[in-house]
Amino acid sequence: MNLRSSVDIISEWDIVAARQLGRNEAKDIGFGTVDQARITTAISELARNIYLYAGKGNIEIKQITESKLKGLLVIASDSGPGIPDVRKVMEDGYTTSGGLGAGLPGVKRLMDDFKIETVVGEGTTISATKWLR
Amino acid sequence: MMTRIPILKLRDCLIVSIQWELDDQTALAFQEDLLNRLHTTAARGVVIDLTPIDFIDSFIAKVLGDVINMSGLMGAKVVITGIQPAVAITLIELGIRLENVVTALDLEKGLEKLERELEA
Repeated sequence: MNLRSSVDIISEWDIVAARQLGRNEAKDIGFGTVDQARITTAISELARNIYLYAGKGNIEIKQITESKLKGLLVIASDSGPGIPDVRKVMEDGYTTSGGLGAGLPGVKRLMDDFKIETVVGEGTTISATKWLR
Repeated sequence: MMTRIPILKLRDCLIVSIQWELDDQTALAFQEDLLNRLHTTAARGVVIDLTPIDFIDSFIAKVLGDVINMSGLMGAKVVITGIQPAVAITLIELGIRLENVVTALDLEKGLEKLERELEA
């Protein structure tokens, strides 16, 4: 089973749309209130990063199953400037926007799996999964 | 479709109940509205109740933190009430520390705490 849905991030309002979609999907597959909040918050941060740093992009939300484990995969992708120093953005407290938008380390803590692929000048794709326990 | 958050005055305090998920524009408008009400009413304290809110991201946290500091500049104390367990957990995991913020479990305890703060 591979249910997917996505939201294009173009304006601030799309950040709201993306996190609402995420919360609904999380509720739908049976996450409790704390995990729903974690997933919603993580999506909000990822969508805001797209809006702030890339201007536009996409949030895709997929229900996935892996060796009997159900989970929710969030893919945030953009064709923005890319991240020159991934190690640096994964340090707590690093910001280029004066504290707006997310700490990626925070998103990593909220989710179970976290992966960044980024090429300077081409864009960034972040995949984050929360598993249903 | 920006909505405005109602701000109620009770004696020398302002009471705000945030009832729905905040988008960026509503949050920023609230910041301005609250400071204007502080200015026009000369209120000395504010209680912001977040009971119905089921998540707070870094942006909303920043707006809340800012409005608390801004109110402080205008001589008013702010108490935040009704933070849900899921919200407390995700804020800390996200790495957000609302330092020096006075909080209380619910509106009633928040008002009591505010009265004590104002008497002190």
